[in-house]
Amino acid sequence: MKKNLVLIAALAGLTLAGCASKGNKDAGTNPGASDSSGISTSGTGADGLGAGSAIGSGTGAAGAYSLDNKTIYFAFDQTDIDSAGQTVVDNYGRYLSSTPAAKLRLEGHADERGSAEYNIALGERRAISVARALKAAGATDSQLSVVSYGEERPAAPGHDEAAWAKNRRVEIAQ
Amino acid sequence: MRLIQNLRRSLSPSLLLPLLAGLLVCSGPARAALDISVVGGDTGAQPIAVAPFATPPDINFDVAGIVEADLVRSGLFTALPRADMLETPSAVSQVDYRNWRAVGMENLVIGSLSRSPKGGVAVRFFLLDVYRGQQVLGFDMPAVTPDQLRVVSHQIADLIYEKLTGTKGYFNTQIAYVTAAGYGLARRFELIVADADGFNPRTIAASRETLMSPTWSPDGKKLAYVGYEKGRSAIFIHTLATGELRKFVSEKGINGAPVWSPDGSKMIVTLSFETNPDLYLIDIASGQRRRLTDHFAIDVEANFSPDGNTVAFTSDRGGSAQVYLMPVAGGEPRRLTFQGKQNQRPRFSPDGKSIAVVNNDGGRYSIALVDVQTGAMRKLSEGPLDESPSFAPNGAVIIYSTIGRGGAELATVTVDGRVRQRMRQPGEVREPAWGPYSR
Repeated sequence: MKKNLVLIAALAGLTLAGCASKGNKDAGTNPGASDSSGISTSGTGADGLGAGSAIGSGTGAAGAYSLDNKTIYFAFDQTDIDSAGQTVVDNYGRYLSSTPAAKLRLEGHADERGSAEYNIALGERRAISVARALKAAGATDSQLSVVSYGEERPAAPGHDEAAWAKNRRVEIAQ
Repeated sequence: MRLIQNLRRSLSPSLLLPLLAGLLVCSGPARAALDISVVGGDTGAQPIAVAPFATPPDINFDVAGIVEADLVRSGLFTALPRADMLETPSAVSQVDYRNWRAVGMENLVIGSLSRSPKGGVAVRFFLLDVYRGQQVLGFDMPAVTPDQLRVVSHQIADLIYEKLTGTKGYFNTQIAYVTAAGYGLARRFELIVADADGFNPRTIAASRETLMSPTWSPDGKKLAYVGYEKGRSAIFIHTLATGELRKFVSEKGINGAPVWSPDGSKMIVTLSFETNPDLYLIDIASGQRRRLTDHFAIDVEANFSPDGNTVAFTSDRGGSAQVYLMPVAGGEPRRLTFQGKQNQRPRFSPDGKSIAVVNNDGGRYSIALVDVQTGAMRKLSEGPLDESPSFAPNGAVIIYSTIGRGGAELATVTVDGRVRQRMRQPGEVREPAWGPYSR
């Protein structure tokens, strides 16, 4: 029990640190749900990993995975996943296929250009694209939910391509 | 005299609504949250002098100042500075027209405030033609409590504007907009309603979760908007006079872009819970729904034509986001926009003849006006990141959001593109929606 609390605190610290450093690509924060119940401790894999194993990484039946990188980035007006994004998908796919009780929320975003509601739809398309890829990598429907924030919750301030590139993303949240 | 009596009858009800709203909605001090400056207005503007109104010593309110600010803000008038006034008459008999011709004035506004027998404040004003040396307008405004003097000042500005331009005024109106501040877990959103000149901002909703897409009911009594709770979106309807909040639609997926029909009985929203983002027409009283689009493309951002028969919307069914028109009764959508890379977020003008859109021309986003019949497009703003156009109810001015030095801010432009102004405010200000005339 105590070990889990330490792990939760450590992960919470990592997450909050990710909030503060705006330019951090790995800042996989949980922006929308201010009242979320916090980080799940369900991490026992199908091969019987103990309750003390770290959530940030593990080994499932499909192989080792790391959950530290929670963000997939996209090109302007596009929803295709590039190779860096596919690596994130592969890791989470292995995690989900070896952890049937695990659930993820895929949060889609767009950069600020263009109209707000069209960007909500674009963000949803991106999140659905990631959901499809995760299912191909071993996840089931019931493990995934999708929400879009469009351009409303940017990760990076600024009105240039450097900021926009960081805002066209899907964030994986638990 | 009959003119004055008719005005009394027609103005009283329209003063009740802002009074009620002011009482029952949480209101801050009457400060301007938006700081306004005009660019490119002087050419072709009419010179007008608004002399300070005579005011009893116990009333500290500058009606003339607000009237002048409204007229100047429209870009159609230049005002004589008070320091240049050779006299400050408050009655027609006190006016020496030579003093005003001498400083090149064509129009002169004078007036006075007085305590009415029941304790309210009554404003009387005159609009005078300096060259003909005669009265053009004269009104006794209905007596009001002092906190309603801003409304009366805007009504006076509307009367003068309409007389001198031939177009209905738009100064006694409201705007709704969203402010956002902070990033990540610190992000905060507020939905605000303010007078069209930025005064009297009132917070309608505040949240750590996203608030967006405010839209007015045709009678100006309600605002629909999109809010998120526990990571899910929903469309809410807020009644301004009572603060009552109704969760109107909350399906899985997107609940977005609400818009009211002109008769107030229906709403079109975007829902994605069945397949992907599509338009749905909802009867507000019964909740009955009719699906308007069923296409694998994104269909979003619907807007009714003023006659209620046509819906304009954004769709990327052709490969890129463009504006389409479709009969509400059903039928094939017809593409309206062909210029630039994308066209989004259509808003019909009050006369139904043109549609304001966000146009993406080589990566530069500006507000453009499209003729509904011909499809001809005319850019109104410069960009590079302009969006969310909304017409004033007189159709002469469009408010939109742009990026200034401090971040997202509001701006307006006249529909001929000549006069633009910035409304600066700390923090990001976005998604303005211009309210209708109160009934």
